[in-house]
Amino acid sequence: MKWNRKDLLGLEELSREELELILSTAGSFKEVSSRQIKKVPALRGKTVVNLFYEPSTRTRVSFEVAAKRLSADVINIATETSSVKKGETLVDTGRNIEALKADIIVMRHNYSGAAAMLARHLDISVVNAGDGWHEHPTQALLDMFTLKEKLGRLEGINVSIVGDIAHSRVARSNIWGLTKLGAHVTVCAPKILIPPEIDKMGVHVTSDIFEALSKADAVNVLRMQFERDEQNAFPKQLEYFKNYGITAERLEKAKDDIVVMHPGPINRGIEMSSDVADGANSVILEQVTNGIAVRMAVLFLVAQAQGKAYENPD
Amino acid sequence: MKEKSRVLDKEALSRSLIRIAHEILEKNKGAEGLCLIGIRNRGAYLAARLGSCIEEIDKKGVPVGILDITLYRDDLTQIGSQPVVHKTEIDFDIADKIVVLVDDVLYSGRTIRAALDALIDFGRPKAIQLAVLVDRGHRELPIRADYVGKNIPTAKDEQVEVRLAETDGVDEVVVVEKSQ
Repeated sequence: MKWNRKDLLGLEELSREELELILSTAGSFKEVSSRQIKKVPALRGKTVVNLFYEPSTRTRVSFEVAAKRLSADVINIATETSSVKKGETLVDTGRNIEALKADIIVMRHNYSGAAAMLARHLDISVVNAGDGWHEHPTQALLDMFTLKEKLGRLEGINVSIVGDIAHSRVARSNIWGLTKLGAHVTVCAPKILIPPEIDKMGVHVTSDIFEALSKADAVNVLRMQFERDEQNAFPKQLEYFKNYGITAERLEKAKDDIVVMHPGPINRGIEMSSDVADGANSVILEQVTNGIAVRMAVLFLVAQAQGKAYENPD
Repeated sequence: MKEKSRVLDKEALSRSLIRIAHEILEKNKGAEGLCLIGIRNRGAYLAARLGSCIEEIDKKGVPVGILDITLYRDDLTQIGSQPVVHKTEIDFDIADKIVVLVDDVLYSGRTIRAALDALIDFGRPKAIQLAVLVDRGHRELPIRADYVGKNIPTAKDEQVEVRLAETDGVDEVVVVEKSQ
């Protein structure tokens, strides 16, 4: 299996073999973070630019740590303090970064498709760190990595994704990735937060939290993004918690060893109760640790593929 | 690929390993403070075998680890090479230990250079020694082995293949001519 993509834009276009390669490479990289000297020289002399058009701490820091553990130099650009404020277009910003001889741009953008657009215009690598409501591939990869570590496999497992499915790039990437690797995915949310035609992605749809939890080997709880509720249409916070919040009581009816995940940051008392977030089933902090290994693998693979023609698999 | 000669068979290979085990114990005056670290892929299997030889002779086990040097290679960024990254498995502390690095073939010395860099990232060993099954010459770096199974003078267009039961189903070392 050869990796020949200079960019990672989403999981939709990846093959099963490519997904498995990333996950197994990440498995090898995980050990690096347990060393006394947490650094390998694999990307020595390479420059990684974190270009973030949306506020993000955990994803940006995770990419920064990953790049530094590979010995790359890292530059962070927060667009609030950059010439983007002066009206520079995305492609111009990208070309300027390319002219600095950077090797990889890690980008978070509020528009769906922004990463793909930038990648088309540049020769250097673009890694999508979240674009609008479209995809957040490395988050889904770290979720899948954690699930595989906990459950031993992805084939045939039942994963329920609970929360704001409509606005969630994390849900979308997870659905693409998990279904390709043979997991059964259920999405669960109040009807207003379920996008039309989501069932065409090969998932089971329900608004009944008990149904979502009853057979699940794992539940991935999404953050309620109240900041996106411009039309004031979401259920109110307490109402949401009452009907969909993951509590110890609700988990009593689920499998004993159900894996509880959350991409963070958690709204305690809205998506889940504190005793669940800190409880024995929660792997939320392990997700953070695994995120480093997954992002190291992604940065390593796209850097290896540079200089080769981008081959579209179709 | 044309096979030119078989330089070690199963018995000779096994005798070489037993001799190296004795030499390691002789030089270090026993197994105290020793550990073996094999370089993936075949070095790891050789290290495990040397470990059992040492245990048989000295009645004392030594810790055995596996090192993957992919991330330390100096040709990593060259086009065409896309190595698969495997796990390094060293679950003991190498600080103040005598580390015997084990590999199948010593050639340019670049693999050993990478392995030395990788090892030092795990701690500060008291000493690092090198054991190889075959030394075929053509060094590009100032590196030599402390223990050698067999010296095999070769031409650059030849290739030395170490085949082990664990990976190839048979124990032997052959010299083959590289196909053009």
